[in-house]
Amino acid sequence: MTTPDLQPLTKPYRIVGTSPAHHDFVDKVKGSLHYAADWQLPGMLHGRVVRSPVPSALITGIDVTAARALPGVFAVLTAADVPGNQIVERASGGLAELEVTMPVLAGDRVRYMGEPVAVVAAATPQIAHEAAELVAVDYTELPGVFDVQSAQSAGAPRVHEVGNTLVSWQIRCGDVDRALAAADVVIEGEYRSQHVEHAYLEPEAGVGWLENGVLTLRVSTQVIEHAAMIAHILGLPQSKVRVIAAYMGGGFGGKEDMTVEPYLALLVWHTRRPVRMIWDRQESLVASTKRHPFIMRYRTGADHDGTITAQQVEILGDAGAYPNLSPRVLFAAAACACGPYRVPNASITSTAVFTNNVPSSAFRGFGAMQIVLGYESQLDELAARLGLSRTELRERNFLAKGDLLPTGERLDTCVEVAQTMRRALEMLGEPPRPSGPGKLVGRGLGCNRHPYGRTIWFRDRASAWLSLQADGTLLIRSGVTDLGAGQAASLCQIAAEVLGAPLDDISIYIGDSALNPPAGGTFATRQLYMSGNAVLHAARELRERMAPVAADLLGAPAEDLEFAGGRVRARADGPSITLAELAAACDKRAISTAHLSTWRAQAGSFDPRTGQGDTFPDYTYGTHAADVEVDTETGQVTVLRYAACHDVGRAINPLRVQGQIQGGAMQGLGYALTEDMAIEDGYVQAALFANYLIPNAQDFPDVLVDIVESGEGKGPLGARGIGEPPIGNVAATIASAIHDAIGVRPDRLPMTPERILALLDERAAATREEHQG
Amino acid sequence: MTPPPMTGRQVTLNVNGRDHEVWIVPSDTLLDVLHDELGMADVRYGCGEGVCGTCTVLLDGEPVNGCLTLAVQAEGGQVTTMRGLMGPGEALHPLQECFLRRGAAQCGFCTPGMVLTALDAVQRLGRPTREEIRYALVGNLCRCTGYTKILDAIEEYADQ
Repeated sequence: MTTPDLQPLTKPYRIVGTSPAHHDFVDKVKGSLHYAADWQLPGMLHGRVVRSPVPSALITGIDVTAARALPGVFAVLTAADVPGNQIVERASGGLAELEVTMPVLAGDRVRYMGEPVAVVAAATPQIAHEAAELVAVDYTELPGVFDVQSAQSAGAPRVHEVGNTLVSWQIRCGDVDRALAAADVVIEGEYRSQHVEHAYLEPEAGVGWLENGVLTLRVSTQVIEHAAMIAHILGLPQSKVRVIAAYMGGGFGGKEDMTVEPYLALLVWHTRRPVRMIWDRQESLVASTKRHPFIMRYRTGADHDGTITAQQVEILGDAGAYPNLSPRVLFAAAACACGPYRVPNASITSTAVFTNNVPSSAFRGFGAMQIVLGYESQLDELAARLGLSRTELRERNFLAKGDLLPTGERLDTCVEVAQTMRRALEMLGEPPRPSGPGKLVGRGLGCNRHPYGRTIWFRDRASAWLSLQADGTLLIRSGVTDLGAGQAASLCQIAAEVLGAPLDDISIYIGDSALNPPAGGTFATRQLYMSGNAVLHAARELRERMAPVAADLLGAPAEDLEFAGGRVRARADGPSITLAELAAACDKRAISTAHLSTWRAQAGSFDPRTGQGDTFPDYTYGTHAADVEVDTETGQVTVLRYAACHDVGRAINPLRVQGQIQGGAMQGLGYALTEDMAIEDGYVQAALFANYLIPNAQDFPDVLVDIVESGEGKGPLGARGIGEPPIGNVAATIASAIHDAIGVRPDRLPMTPERILALLDERAAATREEHQG
Repeated sequence: MTPPPMTGRQVTLNVNGRDHEVWIVPSDTLLDVLHDELGMADVRYGCGEGVCGTCTVLLDGEPVNGCLTLAVQAEGGQVTTMRGLMGPGEALHPLQECFLRRGAAQCGFCTPGMVLTALDAVQRLGRPTREEIRYALVGNLCRCTGYTKILDAIEEYADQ
C-alpha cells in the first residue's frame, strides 16, 4: 500500500529479505518452547469430553450418577449446566446463510458421531477417562443423511429443522447460456474431492484457570478472539475472559474454530480449579473438523483459438452437521472458481449442504483450494481437445492487471502467473524416461489464483503496539497467534527494518486477548497482510515521531536520517546516536516512544442477489509442475520430481517462504494421492492415526522452489500472502501428470492405485471400442 | 494432586545424565513420566500409537517411542531427550545448529524426535545417503515442512 504521508523506506532492505533464525526457531530447535499441553498448575484437574457414538439420534436420557460418584471426579456437566448453550458463527456475516446454532453440549439431539454431550473433570486423566465411560446416555437413533446429494433430495431427513441447504452463493456475469451456445468447443467434467484431516502433530490442548476473577485459557488456537464467544457461553462479561494462544504445533485451519476452549471454560468455572484438557489423537480424528469434500461440475466454452468465452460452475460442499465456517469456505470457492483466467461470461453456484457427518470447516486453502482441480482439469481437457499445448492455452487466457473478475472487480495488482509457469517447468529439467516395462511417465502442471486476507465485507483491521525501551531495545505487542509459519518473527523483521533495532534486541508478545492489541486471528493468509501492515505503519509512525529529536541532536534534516544497527545516523559516514540515546532524548522532551497503530484493509460490499461486488483484497498466483511415473500393473503413482513457484510480491524471510511452499506442496501431495478421511454412514473410519496416511519422509521427492518477487502485493513492502496458496495447485498438477502419462484424466481424489487401475481399464475398453468401430 | 495409588512404586530413572526418583504405576508410559512428572517439554504426545514419533527419546542410545515404552522398562537404563544433547549454557548440538541454519522447523513440534532419530541414523551409518535418511525418518512425521529442509539439515550434519 502506498502511504504518501510517510517517508518511503530506504532500499535495499537490510533485514527484510534475509532469513535470520528468530526467537521461536531457536526455542523450537532447543526443545524449550512450551506448547499448550506443557503447562501444569497446582491442583490442576484433567478434563475429558463425552461424545456421541452415533451420528443421528435423540437423547432420551442422561444419567451422570455413577460418573459423579467415582472417587476423584470433580465435575460431570451436561447441557443443563451450560449458561449459554449456543455457539453462533454467522460465517457469511449475515449475508446469506441459514440461522443455525451449535450447542456446546448436545441436550436433546445429536447430529454427528463425536458430538459432545457431557464433560468431565477429575484428578487424573485416567479417572476422567473412566468417569466419561460411566456417563450413561440413552440414544434413540434417527435416520440421517450422509452425502450432499441425498441431503438435497425431496423428503430427505432434516439435519436441522430449517432445512439442509446452509447457503447457496451465486456469482454471475455476462450471458453464459448464449456464450456456451455460440462457443466453438464446449467441454464438461465433474470432479470430486474427499474429507481430509488436518493432522497437525500437536493434538488440541489447553489449560484453564481463574485469576483475579478472570477465566483464563492458555490453549492451542489460531483465534484468541473466541474469548467473546466463551464469555457468552458462560454468561460472563467479556472483560472476565482471557484467552492466551500458545505457539501452536500446527493448525492449518483446524484450530480456527474453538476446540477445547468451551469445555475447559465450563470445567474451570464450575470447579474453580485449574483444568487441563488434551484430546487423544484418536478423539481428534473422530471429532475435529475436516476439509469439505466437494463435487465440482464444470462446463467451459471456448473459441477455436483457445480463448475461453464462458464457464458454468456448480459446487456442492459437505458442511457436515453444523455451519462452522462453511458459508465462507463455499464463498471462497465461488469467488475463485474460474482460476487465474479471463472468463467474460460466468455462472457460478456454490452450495453448502448439511449432512450428519462431522462438521467441515477451515482447512488451509479454504474452498479456493479444492476448486483448482476443477478449473485446471478443464484447461487441460480444452488444450487436448483443441490440439494446443497446455502452456499455450493458459497463456492465451491468463488474467492481467486491469482485467475484470466474474464478480465485476478489477484486478489492481500485477499477475505474474505466466512467469511462475515458465519457472516451475524449467525447474523440472529434461523429461524422465520410464524405469522399466509397464511404466508410463508424464508431466503435469497446475496454476492457481488464491486470495489472501479476509473477505472484504468483514472490514478487516489489525492493531500493533511498539515501544522503544530506555535502553534502546524494542517491544512489540500484537494479538497475532503463531502457527509455526513465522507469523511473529516476520513482524520483528519489519519493525527492525524500519526502526533499526537489531533483531536480538526485539521481543515480541503475542496471542493474548487481554494484554495485546487485537490482530484478528491467524487464518485466511491474512497475518502478514494485516499485522505486517499494522507493524509497518506503527514503526514508521513511531520513527516519524522520534526523527525530529534525532535530527536536532545530530544537526541534520530528519529526512536524511538512517535507522540501522541500533543507531540513528545523519549520513552513511556521518555522526550517529544510539537508539538508547534517542529514547532518553525523547523522554526528556516528553515525547512518547510507545505507539499503537491500527491498520484497516480496504472496505467494500458484496450483493448476494446479483452475485457482484467485492470479494477479496488480492491474490497470490503460482504454478506447480511435476513428473510422475505410473505403474500400469499396480496403478501406483510415483512422483519423480516436484517444482513449485509462486509470486509472493516480496519475500520478507525467503527461507520461511520456501518452507511454506514446500510444506504446502507436501500436504497437497497427501491430499492428491493418499489421504482420505473416509466417513461411512456418518462413522469416521480411521480409528487410529496409523489408518490415516499423511506423507512421511519417503513418500515423495523434495519440493523444488522458486520465488517470484513482483513487489506488487498489498502486504507490507509489496508482499503477498503465502500460507495457503501452495497447497492449492498440487492435486491438479498430479492429475495433469497422470493424464499425460496414461491418456485419461483422474477426476476423483485421492488418486489411489485402485482408481488409477480403473482408469487404465477404462482406457483399454475405449481403445478396444475404437478398434472395433 | 492425589497421592500415588498403592500399586505405585519408586524407581530411579536416569534422564540426560541425572538420576530422578519418581513414583510410577506399572502402566505409566515413559512419555507420561517424562512429560508430566519430570516436566520435560521436549518429549511430546502426538498420537499414542507409535506412529508419529514426536515422543522419541533415546534409551541406551536407541530411539524408542516414549508412548509405547513403559517407564519401568527404562529403569536402570539411560534416557536421553533432545535437550540432553546440548552442552553447558544451552549450547546447541551441531545437528541442532544445522536444523537452525536450514530452517528445518516450522511449528517445531516434531523437531526433538526428528533430531534424535536423525542423530542415531548418522551415528549408525556414518554418511547416509539422502534416501537412507528418508528411510530412517519414516517413523517421524512432520506436517509442516515437507521434509526437504529437514533432510538438508541432516545431510549437512552428516557431512561434518
